[in-house]
Amino acid sequence: MGATPLSLGRFYPRRKVDDVSPPAIRLLWCGDTALTVEFGDRIDPALNARVLALDGRLRDADCPGLIETVPTYRSLTLHLDPILVDPACLEATVRTLAALPAPPVPPKRVWQVPVMYGGDFGIDLADVAAHHGLSPSAVIERHAAPEYRVVMIGFLPGYAYLDGLDPGLALSRRSSPRPTTPAGTISIGGVQALVASIAAPSGWHLLGRTPVRAFLPGRDPVFLFEPGDGIRFVPTDPARWDALDRAAAAGDPVAEVAA
Amino acid sequence: MSGRLAVLACTGAASLQDAGRRGYQRQGLSASGPMDALALAAANVLVGNPTGTVAIEFGLGGGRFRQEGGEAWLALAGAPCALRVDGVPVPDHRAFLLTDGSSLVVEPPRRGVYAYLAVAGGFAVPQILGSCSLHQRAGLGGLDGRVLRVGDRLDGIGAPGGERPPGVHASLDPLPLDGEAPVRVVLGPQDDHFPPEALATFSEAAFSVSHRADRMGIQLDGPALAHGPHGYNIVSDATVMGSVQVPGSGRPIVLMADRQTTGGYPKIATVISADLRRVAQRRPGEAIRFRPIALADAFALARERMAVIADLPRAVRAHGTRMAESLASANLAGVAFDAFADPLGDGM
Repeated sequence: MGATPLSLGRFYPRRKVDDVSPPAIRLLWCGDTALTVEFGDRIDPALNARVLALDGRLRDADCPGLIETVPTYRSLTLHLDPILVDPACLEATVRTLAALPAPPVPPKRVWQVPVMYGGDFGIDLADVAAHHGLSPSAVIERHAAPEYRVVMIGFLPGYAYLDGLDPGLALSRRSSPRPTTPAGTISIGGVQALVASIAAPSGWHLLGRTPVRAFLPGRDPVFLFEPGDGIRFVPTDPARWDALDRAAAAGDPVAEVAA
Repeated sequence: MSGRLAVLACTGAASLQDAGRRGYQRQGLSASGPMDALALAAANVLVGNPTGTVAIEFGLGGGRFRQEGGEAWLALAGAPCALRVDGVPVPDHRAFLLTDGSSLVVEPPRRGVYAYLAVAGGFAVPQILGSCSLHQRAGLGGLDGRVLRVGDRLDGIGAPGGERPPGVHASLDPLPLDGEAPVRVVLGPQDDHFPPEALATFSEAAFSVSHRADRMGIQLDGPALAHGPHGYNIVSDATVMGSVQVPGSGRPIVLMADRQTTGGYPKIATVISADLRRVAQRRPGEAIRFRPIALADAFALARERMAVIADLPRAVRAHGTRMAESLASANLAGVAFDAFADPLGDGM
């Protein structure tokens, strides 16, 4: 599955704390149809804040040929119409906008996502607990404690990659990925946490499942989460699965938004 | 068209595709759309449609259809396929009329992979998130979020008001498949993850299309590409159609229309938009060589391709005129061309 928790740290040397100038960006062309603006090569909330800030500014800017943007942990990709884009002009616009300060902004909304942990819902819970020398309930407590941030939606429709996992739970991916994992899987891989939308192969550790459909064709909205949203996991009695799952399949978000 | 096209048989993966879905890659949904955009445009122009109108995309397959409840003009472009209307052969890259109750057979392509069957007016399928294109993995778009199957009925929309039917002389020279031509790429975005030897191998060696090739990606056989000291993992970033990603095996994969939107493997190069169809139309076992070019040249080639597409209506008229003239002189020589007769007497 997609991302790695490794910090590569080769293009972006660590900076002194008192260095307040915006760090360098790299502009990486992906053929004639996209430009990736790379802020760094690490998983770092400060980098993601800059990604989201540039994303917001580009929405208000006049950029001929810009079709859509894809924010990730540490980069923003601009998908382009090669006929309409002026590459030099776009690079200049991006450099100007990326140099503006980007203070972290709190999430516009925070979702309360019910999760059924352990057992058939999270077949790796016991193993993860054993690996860290914790009880399963301690793992649940630590996993459900933070307010996560959606830093990237990608790989498959609605897959929400989260920042904010308790480092004490971090665990390298499994050596052999599972050929399929269920829709709604709540998992961890390295320092990342994930809300999966549809069934897919995965090498991550499955802690639980949510009835929430992050992606549901035919529902309005089709996609529930946005990059930048906050997520809180709410441990939920497995006995409630059937009712919540039915409601979610029928179009109820079953995830509440806290103000 | 009026009426509908019933699917009596279907091989390979036949799906409905229009120009694709924009604006949802930030939600993990790739654009879908045609594997060969030039061929989709050509099929549509042959029946008088806008270039991005929804059509049937055949992938190494064909099908059998029956026209019901009205007549329709159709045309097939892209990979060359034998076509028969009520048993009578008709050429591809040429409009033909399917009358009420008549049958159409589309044989799997003789060469190439993807062929497009367009109908005048297009098919009446709902737009999902702004497009009719099927994204199979997401179960969204197309007909009920899936590939075509026996028993499906595709309703026609009817030709746009005031438009003349295309006529049988609406034709084009078959589109070149460029089967031997190099596939041009721009190196990057992560070419710096590879040592010089790997970049040289990538640019000089012959790869071939493996059997793991579909609308999501085309995995290549050939020499393995070694990664540099930073290995084969990056913190995920976005992919494009044409990204050449190199996973741990060192075997490159060209990501295509239904690809994953982000990925954690370094991408050594990106196929230029004008050459995506070259990759798409290569069959398993056929060779692929990559040729790195400058970014400015990639933009120039994209403009050239756009000019070719913009010129399709003129090309159809010019080709049709030549065709009509040659038929007229042939008829003067006493040769019957009943199979190509224009039932509306419309010509061009």
